[in-house]
Amino acid sequence: MGLFPEEPSERHTLSVLVDNEAGVLGRIVGLFSARGYNIESLTVADVSADEAVSRITIVTSGPRRVIDQITAQLDRLVPVHKVIDLTELGPHVERELALVKVAGVGEKRVEALRLADIFRARPVDTSTASFIFEVSGSSGKVDQFIELMREVGLVEVARGGVVALSRGAEPA
Amino acid sequence: MHGREMSGAEIIIQALTDLGVDVIFGYPGGAVLPLYDALFRQNAVRHILVRHEQAAVHAAEGYARSTGKPGVVLVTSGPGATNAVTGITDALMDSIPVVILTGQVASHLIGSDAFQEADTIGITRHCSKHNYLVKDTAQLGNVVHEAFHIATSGRPGPVVIDIPKDVQVARAIYNRPQTTGHKTYRPRLKGDAEAIAAAVEMLATAERPLLYTGGGIINSGPRAAAALRELAALANAPVTSTLMGLGAFPASDPRFLGMLGMHGTFEANWATNQCDVLLCLGARFDDRVTGRLDGFSPGSRKIHVDIDRSSFNKTVRVDLAIEGDVGHVIEDMVALWKSQGRKPATSDEWWSRIAGWRARNSLAFEQKGEPIEPQHAIRRLWEATHRQSPIITTEVGQHQMWAAQHFTFEKPNKWLTSGGLGTMGYGLPAAIGAQLGNPDALVIDIAGEASIQMNIQELGTATQYRLPVKIFILNNEYMGMVRQWQDLTYEGRYSESYSDALPDFVRLAEAYGWKGILIEKASELDAGIAAMLAHDGPVMVDCRVVKHANCFPMIPSGATHTEMLLAADQVEGKFDASAEALV
Repeated sequence: MGLFPEEPSERHTLSVLVDNEAGVLGRIVGLFSARGYNIESLTVADVSADEAVSRITIVTSGPRRVIDQITAQLDRLVPVHKVIDLTELGPHVERELALVKVAGVGEKRVEALRLADIFRARPVDTSTASFIFEVSGSSGKVDQFIELMREVGLVEVARGGVVALSRGAEPA
Repeated sequence: MHGREMSGAEIIIQALTDLGVDVIFGYPGGAVLPLYDALFRQNAVRHILVRHEQAAVHAAEGYARSTGKPGVVLVTSGPGATNAVTGITDALMDSIPVVILTGQVASHLIGSDAFQEADTIGITRHCSKHNYLVKDTAQLGNVVHEAFHIATSGRPGPVVIDIPKDVQVARAIYNRPQTTGHKTYRPRLKGDAEAIAAAVEMLATAERPLLYTGGGIINSGPRAAAALRELAALANAPVTSTLMGLGAFPASDPRFLGMLGMHGTFEANWATNQCDVLLCLGARFDDRVTGRLDGFSPGSRKIHVDIDRSSFNKTVRVDLAIEGDVGHVIEDMVALWKSQGRKPATSDEWWSRIAGWRARNSLAFEQKGEPIEPQHAIRRLWEATHRQSPIITTEVGQHQMWAAQHFTFEKPNKWLTSGGLGTMGYGLPAAIGAQLGNPDALVIDIAGEASIQMNIQELGTATQYRLPVKIFILNNEYMGMVRQWQDLTYEGRYSESYSDALPDFVRLAEAYGWKGILIEKASELDAGIAAMLAHDGPVMVDCRVVKHANCFPMIPSGATHTEMLLAADQVEGKFDASAEALV
């Protein structure tokens, strides 16, 4: 952010509960682009029994006061019920799922399977010359798995983005 | 309660009636014909036909700002909605409660690039406080009620309701909602008690306090303005105001320092720079107010009271933030101050320093001979009208700043100007809206010859509804503020800032059925103003003023409050590149 170039950037995971109404995602994404905030990852899905509420998980980065601005700006949107800065709140679980397609034969194919086993990645599609692995975990673990797969014939990747919840029995 | 089956169009009109709406500003078109037919068949809601949809929104803003009630707009789909966008954005920036009803093509045509189709919801998503596309007639009544609630509560703003034509035609049961509100939107009104106690402590121990007030006081209502006067007296604190806040505190009060910021007074800006506690009430540390951020009020502890949490620490870091309605918070501060038996710690030395800054007389000007200085014209206009407590609207530019400096206000809701967006063309439609909301008031649009042409078509609206609005044009044949910046930054290269091919404003006024008055010399000024006031219909005054006057004091871009330019001879020809890049 141009206004405060001197401050160090922090990575924060925000959990945003919103009315599940038309255009709400556009409103939130537009807020980020209009005000120049970063989006590293964004996921959204309905999370209520009556399809009334969606949870949007956003990973963003910026100086501390920009993060505070982001939460305040999100919070003032009419369809937003609640904004939780999980990074600020403390202990929470963050997970990401990826599908990773790898092609190869012979020793590379064996090595891909071996690595997948170490990462607890599961083959969900297979042909004689390829696999699709399903891998989940922290974004760092997913990154690392993808890096290793490059060595053994990575073809393409689809990532689901980060989902996160606070730890413990209570909702955040 | 038992409802009645009506068409969607009738539901909208009934909901507006139930909400107490007596006037709406609009322009018909294909996608709102059912609504216009419903309007035709009733008498509760009066429709004012503007000449351009942008003006409908500004008129609604003028109505809202001068009455404290929300303004309502009705326009058609496509160009009707896109023309309204400037007004909607203006209302968002200045936190004005307006509800905009837009027609939309029939539901089954949405997305097909139908005639006069525009993605109104997409286009207005980021320039409205909230918007709705209503797909079910049965929802219309609730949406209209909820939209009014959202437009008027919390930080006010524009709310758009987009209504496909088939939804206006279809029939449903309308029940007046028993409760108004929104299932989750709950703006906080009362400030945190501990924070209020801390604020009282900071203010009561300040030797050099300053209250910095903004449009939030006016939005909060007359009680907030009354509480502000009481707090300033209790704390013996000087008060400065933003452009949007003028009138919230009486300009004649000895504690008032005038406006602060880019064209603020010497005393207001020096007090801001030198105070030890700065209490910001319903203002937002806008860049026109702060100047260069690292030099803004460097020695003060800052308290910020705002109903919008996102205003805190957005540009200026504050020591204490209080989220709540500024009127409630000031009342709570006053009550606590009294119950604790506080005495102000404001030093005599602080007031004597302020007196020293005041003695610089930074708004002084010299009226010599017959060429009219613009400030002089505004002072004479004030002299002739202030006893009537007129409502003043403005366009945007030098005339706006001169009006803010020299036309002083004693009460809120009398000063209507486009602050955040800076929309040329705001003043005439805003005056029309204000006149409709205040039929007996004297309403004057102080204008420039360039700005007035941006919505000049609204002359016809005033004629049609016999609205006796006055336009007072300070005509210097330049887009004066553009030219002033070209003087300051571009060595006087007046690129496209000369108002060439001006109309004869007197004959133009007459063509629309207005009275036109030309004032060319200082000796004609008072008589011209008197003739304007004597005429019981609309009047346009073309007041020719000196052509090269610039507006001072001025804090140039990228400068701090202590680097004010007081007069033209301090102006240099060029800034460095970093300052040039600032607006």
